[in-house]
Amino acid sequence: MKHTPTGLHPLSLGGSVPLASLEPVAFSQFSSTLEDMVEAGGRLLSLFARPGADSENLLYALLARRTGTDTEASDHSRTTLNGGEHAFALGILCTQVTDGYPALTPALPAAHLFERDIFERHGITPEGHPWLRPVRQWAEQEVPWPMHALEGDEVHEVRVGPVHAGVIEPGHFRFQCHGERVFRLEIALGYQHRGLLADMVGAPHKRTIHRMETVAGDTCVGHSWAYAQTIEALSDVTPSPRAEAIRACGLELERLANHIGDLGAMAGDVGFLPTASYCGGLRGDVLNLSAAICGSRLGHGVIRVGGVGFDIEDELASTMREKLAAIRTAAARANTLLWASPSAMGRFEGTGTVPTDVARTFGLVGMAGRASGVDVDARRDFPTAAYRMHPVRPWLKQHGDVYARGRMRWREIEASFDFLEQVLERLPEGELRIAEAEVAADSLAVGIVEGWRGEVVHLAVTDAHGQLASYEIVDPSFHNWIGMEMALRGMEISDFPLCNKSFNLSYAGHDL
Amino acid sequence: MWNILRTRLLQGQRTTAFPASAPELPPRFRGRLALDPSLCDEGCCGCVDVCPTNAIAKKNGLALDLGRCLFCSECVDRCPTDALTSTPDYRLATTSREALTLSGEPLELAQSLSADIAKRFGRSLGIRVVSAGGCAGCEAEVNALSNIVFDISRFGVHVVASPRHADALIVTGPVSQHMLGALEATYRAIPAPKFVIAVGACAISGGPYAESPQVEAGAASTLPIDLFIPGCPPHPYTMIDGILRALGRPVP
Ligand code: SF4
Repeated sequence: MKHTPTGLHPLSLGGSVPLASLEPVAFSQFSSTLEDMVEAGGRLLSLFARPGADSENLLYALLARRTGTDTEASDHSRTTLNGGEHAFALGILCTQVTDGYPALTPALPAAHLFERDIFERHGITPEGHPWLRPVRQWAEQEVPWPMHALEGDEVHEVRVGPVHAGVIEPGHFRFQCHGERVFRLEIALGYQHRGLLADMVGAPHKRTIHRMETVAGDTCVGHSWAYAQTIEALSDVTPSPRAEAIRACGLELERLANHIGDLGAMAGDVGFLPTASYCGGLRGDVLNLSAAICGSRLGHGVIRVGGVGFDIEDELASTMREKLAAIRTAAARANTLLWASPSAMGRFEGTGTVPTDVARTFGLVGMAGRASGVDVDARRDFPTAAYRMHPVRPWLKQHGDVYARGRMRWREIEASFDFLEQVLERLPEGELRIAEAEVAADSLAVGIVEGWRGEVVHLAVTDAHGQLASYEIVDPSFHNWIGMEMALRGMEISDFPLCNKSFNLSYAGHDL
Repeated sequence: MWNILRTRLLQGQRTTAFPASAPELPPRFRGRLALDPSLCDEGCCGCVDVCPTNAIAKKNGLALDLGRCLFCSECVDRCPTDALTSTPDYRLATTSREALTLSGEPLELAQSLSADIAKRFGRSLGIRVVSAGGCAGCEAEVNALSNIVFDISRFGVHVVASPRHADALIVTGPVSQHMLGALEATYRAIPAPKFVIAVGACAISGGPYAESPQVEAGAASTLPIDLFIPGCPPHPYTMIDGILRALGRPVP
């Protein structure tokens, strides 16, 4: 597919599209183009609606279209290089629907949660959707809404949550079981819903950047960067290479901290305490490096629209490099113990498998997607300045089990150390922050950042006065929660905590 | 086995010396704000205008509510004089909501909640944590309390899974409508005597979500709060300091 399919409007990161140029296509063309493109190795990044007067609603799809040939990744864990056969192009497709339309999900399962969201937020019904349930905005009396149920002798149901045993966010989990064996897990979320999207109408407000920093607390840089990208694209502002490099440092530190912490948590869940306790401390060491940049261990203040809030001066860069080298050695030591422990590996291997076809069908993204053989990484597919200078080569694994996700995290930890070493060796010159400019009216723009869990997508539409008229946030967890449900099928209930840690999905990022 | 022991030896001692000595914090750490109303320019309202959570009021003099503050220091950057400054002081916990409002006087830090609490829980405190609309930032830092660096089990403080085993409840998040019922049920399930700790700007005041109709403006809207630990999120040292103070234990 070298040509641009009809009706698909090309879109680039950093650029905006006037709404007027987005001609709606017929619904049949909309759905067939989507199916064709996903069939050809493309992906659905977002699907959202903008309600209009007299039931003239617009439906938009944001797609990553493969512009190269699709080569099956077949080796055990091979690296893929930038560009060439893995080139993707962004495109947006639009159609007009009334209060209902034939659901896309039956032919395009990756649309399942987006369509539920459209129904919940705008009352536009995807007719024939196989599981039209609330996403996050339910009313109290709706809980529990009809969920999967299993009937018969000797089967039982285990209900957990919203309050769980550990210090984690709330969600409701239902396991349909036969003995210890789980037939099906269904997860009901929405407990963390804070009304983030509704507040974006009329934004930016002075609180907006702080809300973006807390979309998901462990992805502060990821979400605030995607937001900044979106606003910068709308106002035609390009941050300096230095600002882009500092942003990328913040993002990779975030990835390091979370991956190291989660490997520790996974080790802890199988009772392998040495790695668990070392990683807990090392995660903190990485957070302290974020704090050395911006004063906040979670990266608050790094990203500001137009650039960054803080500089990494030469002296700080060299102390950071020294500290990173020490953390790297210690992390390698701690994790070597884990990989060398047969009993820990016995629990990791073959647990919570998401096969490649399932992962592709549901559009899994990020680290969990790559562990199941889905070749996707926004740092390569939609690189910003720093990642063009210092390309990151994503790894792929095929097994999709806890072991694959664990190894994937370790590989990514090493890649982030490499990246930080290179970038901090010589930061490019440039202004820290460029003054904000006027936001384009009646336009649409996107921001895409490869957060530590995966692709973070923000998308804004402005009104005639250049204020935000609607805003979409797609946390990688939104794509991946179904992966958790699939991973548990056929497993034992006691595998749940380990599977859960290996994904470590965000509730707040999903619930908004 | 040898490798495990070797790695253990190479790791050395990781646990912080705090509270025996003051904690080490990075130079850019943004702690308690300091206020000097006498330096405040009559006609200037810069800080009030920029503050993302409306934490600053200037009616009868300057007042800053640490319970709403995100410690972003935008007000400090805006202030043309030194009426508002950022300090590296990590000690922020108070036992009353009013004490969090600064107007020039020193911050009245938390003290032992009661002789009874200090006696019962001073050496063994079980805490149940409920995230109610939190972003997982405060939750992450609460989790960090149990790692080998901060290690609150040194003080007999531990995070417990069941509210029935808990003596105190930590609430994080602005209290989303959807978590209201579960939060209240968890509180009820904790046997008396018990106390409640609001951790972070969201749990104290709603933080950046205060205006949102989908949330309550913090945990105080439904539970009696005994200890307030401000921050977005509070540094683990800020939390340890607050908890030890509430238990009447010595802190620097
Ligand atoms: S530091 Fe606190 S008071 Fe000052 S602007 Fe930020 S949130 Fe407002």
